[in-house]
Amino acid sequence: MTTPTLLLGDVSVGEALPELTHPVTATTVVLGALASRDWRPMHHDKDFAVHRNGTRDIFLNTPNLAAWFERYITDWTGPFGRLRRVTFRMHGSIFPGDTMVFRGTVTDTGVDDSGCGWAALDIAVSVDGDAKTTCSAAVALPLDADDNPWARSGDRWTP
Amino acid sequence: MSAIGIDDIEGALGVRQHEEEGEFPVEQGYIWTTCSSVENGNPLFWDPGVAEEVTGGPIAPPTMVSVWFRPHHWAPDRSTPGLPLQIHFDLKEGLGLPEAVMSDNTIVFHEPVRPGDRLTTHQVLKSVSDEKTTRLGTGRFWVIDVEYHNQRGELVAVESYTGFGYRRAGEEAAR
Repeated sequence: MTTPTLLLGDVSVGEALPELTHPVTATTVVLGALASRDWRPMHHDKDFAVHRNGTRDIFLNTPNLAAWFERYITDWTGPFGRLRRVTFRMHGSIFPGDTMVFRGTVTDTGVDDSGCGWAALDIAVSVDGDAKTTCSAAVALPLDADDNPWARSGDRWTP
Repeated sequence: MSAIGIDDIEGALGVRQHEEEGEFPVEQGYIWTTCSSVENGNPLFWDPGVAEEVTGGPIAPPTMVSVWFRPHHWAPDRSTPGLPLQIHFDLKEGLGLPEAVMSDNTIVFHEPVRPGDRLTTHQVLKSVSDEKTTRLGTGRFWVIDVEYHNQRGELVAVESYTGFGYRRAGEEAAR
């Protein structure tokens, strides 16, 4: 039987999520673009990116970055963590050769009117200390070992 | 696909536009390719037993919701597909604002998306600001919601985009 690995009561405001570091290659960028069905040339054609977009190389696309943020959050929560909402702000691009570092902190926790526990997170992906995309997220967490946010729908799921 | 000019804004607010159905059903292969691309080992997407127990069967990563609407790069006999966020381009054209940026993007997740689902989407213009001047130029902010439903009519996600359409300083209004 699968049981929750992280309960709301295990989480405290100000707590840091484990850091995630990943070296970005051209394969990272192209694989991510194709996985998200983004055929635009600046995500696979370096000549186009350099000469038409004026960037130094191809760069990670936003939908795939969303998938990276999701992975970062659910690495921490385990499978019972259920995303409620995410907000992204883009500040700069991430290129092959960069090492991206994800860091996050818990900014708030609570239980909504329907009895669903949640944690709010501030996350940034940085390269050499510069935040390239920031993300505020809210994720539902079980209140106890018998609780499962995924079992909620209709009036019991108000993200 | 029609320009939204200043006199059209009031009538366009809150109206469902650009209804579209995805070109293919939600499928497991893309779920694995996406998880693989970001090294996401969440057992919900790899272990059918865990998916059955926790989510009542397989689901797609919630952040993939817009993936199911990106058109094939080529398809036979296809007319020109609508641009994602068509309203954004309709506003740029109608308001004579040649440049635009997206400042932020929020996704709110509702019912899980599952392999085999046929999703539909539509866009809703939520607001358009008065003219404002930023360091980029002079223009207007707008908020566009993109709503996604499954084949049972259940809401699966809402994406909200904040855009800023503008003219660079020194450029005259196109209209």
